[in-house]
Amino acid sequence: MQRHAFDAITPSSEKVRTKGLVKACDELNFLKGGKELKIKSFILAGAAFAAISAFSAQAAETIKIAFIDPLSGPFAATGTSGYKQYQWAADQLVNQKGGVLGGQMFEIVPFDNKISPKESLVQLKRAIGDGITFIAQGNSSGVANALTDAIKKHNSRNPDNRVLFLNYSAVDPALTQKKCNFWHFRFDANADIKMNALTDVIKEKEEIKKVYLIGQDYSFGKAVAAAAVKFLGEKRPDIEIVGNELHPIGKVKDFTPYATKIRASGADAIITGNWGADMVGLGKAIGDAGIDVPIYTYYAANDGITKTIGASGKDKIRLVHEGTVNPPPTEEYLAYHKGFKAKYPEADITQFRIANSIGMLAAAIEEAGSADPLAVAQALEGMEYTSIQGDKLVMRAEDHQMMQPIQISVHTDENVVLDSDNSGYGLVEESSISAEDAALPVKDCNMERPTS
Amino acid sequence: MSEITKTSAATVSTPALKRYGPWIGFLIVLLILPYIFSSNVGVYTMNLMGIFIIFALSYNMLLGQGGMLSFGHAVYFGLGGFMSVHFMNYLEDGSFVFPMWLLPIFGGAIGLVFAIIIGSFSTRRAGTVFAMISLGVGELMAASSLIFVAFFGGEEGVSGDRTMGPPLFGVNFGQDVQVYYLIAAWVFVTVMLMYLFSRTPAGRLANAVRDNAERAEFIGYSQRKVRFVSFCASGFFAGIAGGLFAINFEIVTEENLNALTSGVVLLMAYIGGVGFFIGPIVGAVLFTLLQSILSNYTDIWQLYVGVMFVLTVMFVPQGLTGIMMMHTPAWRMKRVGGLVVPYIRMGVPALAMLAGIAGFLEMIHHVRGSPADETMMSLMGIEFSTHSIMPWVTVAVLALVGGYLVRNQAPQLKEAWETANNPDAGGKEA
Amino acid sequence: MFELVFFSLLNGIVTGLLLFMLASGLTLIFSMMGVLNFAHASFYMLGAYFAYTISAYLGFWIGLIVAPVLVGLLGALVERYGLRYVHRWGHVAELIFTFGLAFLIEEVVQFIWGKDTKAYHEPEILQFPLFTFFGQNFPAYKAFMLLISIAIFIMLLLILTRSRVGLIIQAAIHKPNMTAMLGHNVPLVFMGVFGVGCALAGLAGVIAGPALGTFPGMAVVLGSIVFVIVVVGGLGSLTGAFVASLIIGLLQTFAIALDYSVNDILTAFNISFDADSALRDLWSLSLPQIAPILPYLLLVLVLIFRPMGLFGNRET
Repeated sequence: MQRHAFDAITPSSEKVRTKGLVKACDELNFLKGGKELKIKSFILAGAAFAAISAFSAQAAETIKIAFIDPLSGPFAATGTSGYKQYQWAADQLVNQKGGVLGGQMFEIVPFDNKISPKESLVQLKRAIGDGITFIAQGNSSGVANALTDAIKKHNSRNPDNRVLFLNYSAVDPALTQKKCNFWHFRFDANADIKMNALTDVIKEKEEIKKVYLIGQDYSFGKAVAAAAVKFLGEKRPDIEIVGNELHPIGKVKDFTPYATKIRASGADAIITGNWGADMVGLGKAIGDAGIDVPIYTYYAANDGITKTIGASGKDKIRLVHEGTVNPPPTEEYLAYHKGFKAKYPEADITQFRIANSIGMLAAAIEEAGSADPLAVAQALEGMEYTSIQGDKLVMRAEDHQMMQPIQISVHTDENVVLDSDNSGYGLVEESSISAEDAALPVKDCNMERPTS
Repeated sequence: MSEITKTSAATVSTPALKRYGPWIGFLIVLLILPYIFSSNVGVYTMNLMGIFIIFALSYNMLLGQGGMLSFGHAVYFGLGGFMSVHFMNYLEDGSFVFPMWLLPIFGGAIGLVFAIIIGSFSTRRAGTVFAMISLGVGELMAASSLIFVAFFGGEEGVSGDRTMGPPLFGVNFGQDVQVYYLIAAWVFVTVMLMYLFSRTPAGRLANAVRDNAERAEFIGYSQRKVRFVSFCASGFFAGIAGGLFAINFEIVTEENLNALTSGVVLLMAYIGGVGFFIGPIVGAVLFTLLQSILSNYTDIWQLYVGVMFVLTVMFVPQGLTGIMMMHTPAWRMKRVGGLVVPYIRMGVPALAMLAGIAGFLEMIHHVRGSPADETMMSLMGIEFSTHSIMPWVTVAVLALVGGYLVRNQAPQLKEAWETANNPDAGGKEA
Repeated sequence: MFELVFFSLLNGIVTGLLLFMLASGLTLIFSMMGVLNFAHASFYMLGAYFAYTISAYLGFWIGLIVAPVLVGLLGALVERYGLRYVHRWGHVAELIFTFGLAFLIEEVVQFIWGKDTKAYHEPEILQFPLFTFFGQNFPAYKAFMLLISIAIFIMLLLILTRSRVGLIIQAAIHKPNMTAMLGHNVPLVFMGVFGVGCALAGLAGVIAGPALGTFPGMAVVLGSIVFVIVVVGGLGSLTGAFVASLIIGLLQTFAIALDYSVNDILTAFNISFDADSALRDLWSLSLPQIAPILPYLLLVLVLIFRPMGLFGNRET
C-alpha cells in the first residue's frame, strides 16, 4: 500500500520537475535581458521543486513518521528531547529488530512547529506533501486540537491519501471526548485520569487543607484546573482551593510575583500542570522564595527542570506519570535507558509513552500486514501490548484512549538508579495505581468509523 | 512627415498593449501556474504566495506610497482572518447563508473598520510617532488576543471548515487547488484595485505627502486626511488577505496579528523594493519561496534571510526591483547585452564565495547539532564527514578564492556598467 | 496582605531598575540621533550570552566586567559602520536597519549558542536568602541586582551633570551643529554614546540572564517594553526614563499580585451579567490576566494625549 502511494507520486513529480525547468528556460530565452524579476523566481522554484520531488522519490523503503513538535522557542528543550527519544525508540524497538513487514525501517522526520497551532498545520501539509502517513505530536494540547481537526478534514477530503495521528503527550481530555475522531490515538493518560490518580494520593494526606492551583492559560491548563476542582470536591470536600490561577503560556519570565502570591495565600499544597520553561521558572521561583509545601505536578522532571529544582524540591515535588523509572522495573528497561544515556549523555528518557507509541505502531503494522493508515488504525483499536517496563497497556477502542497503570513518584536523591539531568536527583516511585482504578468511563465520544 | 506618422502610430498602439498587456499576462500566469506546479507543496506554496502578495502590497500603500512606517500592520491582517473564520463557522452552523468565496469581504470590512478607528489618531503625524503608535497598537492587539478568548480563541485560535458554504459550480473548496483559484481571483482583483488606487488623485497625493508634507499642505491638502485615506485602504486590503488566509489554513491564531507577522510583511516589502508597485510582489514571492523551500534544506534559513535583509537595507535600499529597474536606461539603449559577460565574470566567483560561506555555516551548524557519533552530513546531495579536513579546506578555498576574484573583477563590472549607461559613450561608438 | 505588598514592591523595584539600565541607553541614543534603536534589547541579549560563555571559563565576576565591554565595542562598531552608513538613506531606512539588525542578532545567537535556554546561573556566593520576612525569602541575588542598578543610575547622573564629557553630550543632544562648530568631534561623541548605551544594555543582560533566563527570545520579551518606557518617560529625559521604568516595573508585579476583576466591581454594585454572551471575557477579566497589555495601553494613551511623554520637553 505504502509503496503504491509512492509510485503514484514519483512519475508526476518527475514531470513537474522537467516542466518547471523547461518553463523557466522558455521564459528566460523569451525575455533575455530579464525585465521582470519574476523570471528569477521561476528558476528558483523550478530547481527547488525538482529537488523536492527527487527527495520524496528516495524514501520508498522506509516508513516515515513525522515528528511535529517545538524544536525552537521556549519549549525547544522538551521537543528536542522527545525527538531524540523517538529516534531511539524507532532504532531500538523496530530497526534493530529488522524492521516491520519484512525489512521496512522506521524513520523519524522532525518538523519544527514552534508550539504554534498554525505552524503545525503548515508542517502537517509539508509532511503530507512528502508522502508521510504517520504524524506524531505531543507538546501542547492546543496544537493537538488543531492537528486532530485538520487531520480529520484532510482524511475525509482525500480518502486515498490518509494520515494517522499518534498523540503521545497532549492530554486535554476533549481530544478523546468531544473532539474524538477515528484517526487520533492517545498513548498518554489524559489530564482527568492523571488527576484522578493524583487526588487519590492527596486524599490520604490529612494535613493538606488549602490547595493552590496554577497552570498555563490554554486548554490543558484549564483542563487540569477543572479536573482538580472536580476531584478534590468529590474526594476531599474539606479542602479549600485558595487560588486558581492561569498565566500566559511560555511568556512569563519571572515567576516571583506568582510565588509571592502563593506564599501569601497560605496554601499548604500546590498543584500545577506546568511543563517546559514554565515549570523551570515556577520551580525556581518557589524554591527561591523558600515555600516549603508539597507540589503535585504533571511534568516537573527532566529537560533542565530537575537540575533547576535540585535540593530545594527534595521530597516536596511529586509527579504523576506512566512507567516506573526508579527502581528500574525490568532489566530490558534498564538496558534501554542506559543505552539512550550513552548515545545522548545530556538527554533523558522523559516520556515512556514515546516507546509505547512506536512499539504499538510497529505491532499494528505487522498485524495489519500493511502500513495503510486505515488498516493500522483498525489494528490499533483495542490492541493489548506489554511495555518493556512490564506494564499491560490497552488502547481503548471506543475513544482511542490508552488504559495504563499510573505512577506517583517523588523528586529525591535517595535510591536513585537512573537520575535526571545528570543531577543526582531523580524520580522514585511512591505509589502505583492500576489501569482499572485510574480509568474513567468513555464520555461524549461519537466516533465515525470509515469502512474503506 | 513619415517620421511623424511613425511616432504617432507608435504612441497610439503602444498604450493599449502597454496598458492591458501586463494584466493579461498576469491573468494567464495565474491561470496556468497550477498546471506547472501541480504537486501538493507547489499548490500550497502558491496559495501562501498569493496571500502574502496582497498583504505586502497593502503594506506598501503605507510605507512605499504614503511614507508611513508601520510595525503593526498584522493587526488588520489578523482581524480580517478572525472575522472571516467566525463567519465561516456561522456558515457551518447554518445561521447564515453566504458564498464562501466572498468571505474575505468580511475580513476586509473589519480591517477597514479598525483602520478607521486606529487611523483616526495614528495618522496625525508620520515618522517615528506613527511607527511607535503602530507598534503599541500591534502589541496591544496581540496581547489582547490571548485574553479575549471568546473572539480570538486564546492560544489555540479559531478554526473553521471551508467546505461548508454553498458550492460554486459544484466546487466546495475541499482541495487546495480549488482554493488556489479562489486566491488567484482575489489576487488579480485586489492587485488591480490597488494599482488603480495608486493612480487616483488620493494615491498621487499620498506620494506628495510622503515626499514633502509641508508643500502638500501649502497647495491645500490636509496631510492628515491624505494619510488617513491611504491607511484605511491599506487596512481594507490587509483584511482581505487575512480572510484568504483563514480560508486557506482554516485556522487563525494570535500569531496572525503579532509583531512577528508585522515584521515579516515589512521584510517582504523592503527586500522586494518599496519604491515600485511590483516590488512587494517580488518580495512576497521570494520570501515565500525561501520560507517553504530553503527551510527544507537548512535549519538556518532565517539566518540567511536576516543577512539578506540587513544587506538590502544597507546597500540596496531600493530593493531587488530597484536593481532590476536600474537596467532600464541600458535596456532602452539596447546595451544590456554588453553587461552579460561582465556579470558572468562577477557572478561565478560571487556564487563560489557564497557557496563557500554557506557551506562553512552549514558544517558548523551540523557539527554542533548532531550527536557525537554522527559525523556524516550531506550538502547538496554530497555526503561527507565533518570530522575530516577536506570539506573544511574546500569551503575555505571556495570562499577565499571567490572573494578574491570578486574584488578583482569589480572594476571591470563598474567600467562596463558605466559604458552601458553613459549616453555619450554610446553616441561615440555609433 | 502587607506581606504581598511588601514583596511586590521589592520585586517591582528590581524589575523597574533593570528596565532602567536598558532604557537609559536607549533614550540617550534616541535623543541624540533621533533613531529608535530596535536592536537595543538585542545587545542586552548579547550581554547575557557573552557573560554565559565567559563565566563558563573564567567565572561570573570576570563575565560581569568583560561582557558589557565587549557588547559596548560591538555597539560602537555597529554605529560606525552600520548606522552611519545607512544614515544617507534617511530616517526610515535607519529605523528599518535597526529592526533588521535585531532580527539578525537573534538568528546569529541561535546559530552560535543554539535555540535552547542556557544554564547560566548566579554565582555560588550569592545563592542564599538575604532575609526572611513572613516566612518568605528574598534572594541575595535580587539584592545584588538592585545594588548594581542603583550604582549605575548614580554614576550616569554624575557623569551627565558633573563632568565635562557629560556637558558635551548634553550639548550634542540639543545643538549638534553648534557643538561641532565649537570644535568637538560630534560623530565620535555619537559613537561613544551608542557604545556606552549598548554596554549598559549588555550589563543589564549579564545580571538579568541568571534571573530571567538566557534564551534566544529574551530580546523580544523586553524589547518592546523598553520602547514603552522611553516614549512614556519622554525623549531625552533620564528622569522620565527612570520614573517610567519604575512605573512599568511596579505595574507588572502589582497587576499579578492583586486579583481583582471587573466582575468584582460589578458584583459590588449588584450588577450581574450573562455568562454566555460574547462579551463575557470583558466582565470576567482579572487584573493578572490583563497585566501584559497594560504597558502598551499606557504607550498608546501617552502617544495620543501627551506625545512629549511624562517628562519630555519635545515631541517624539
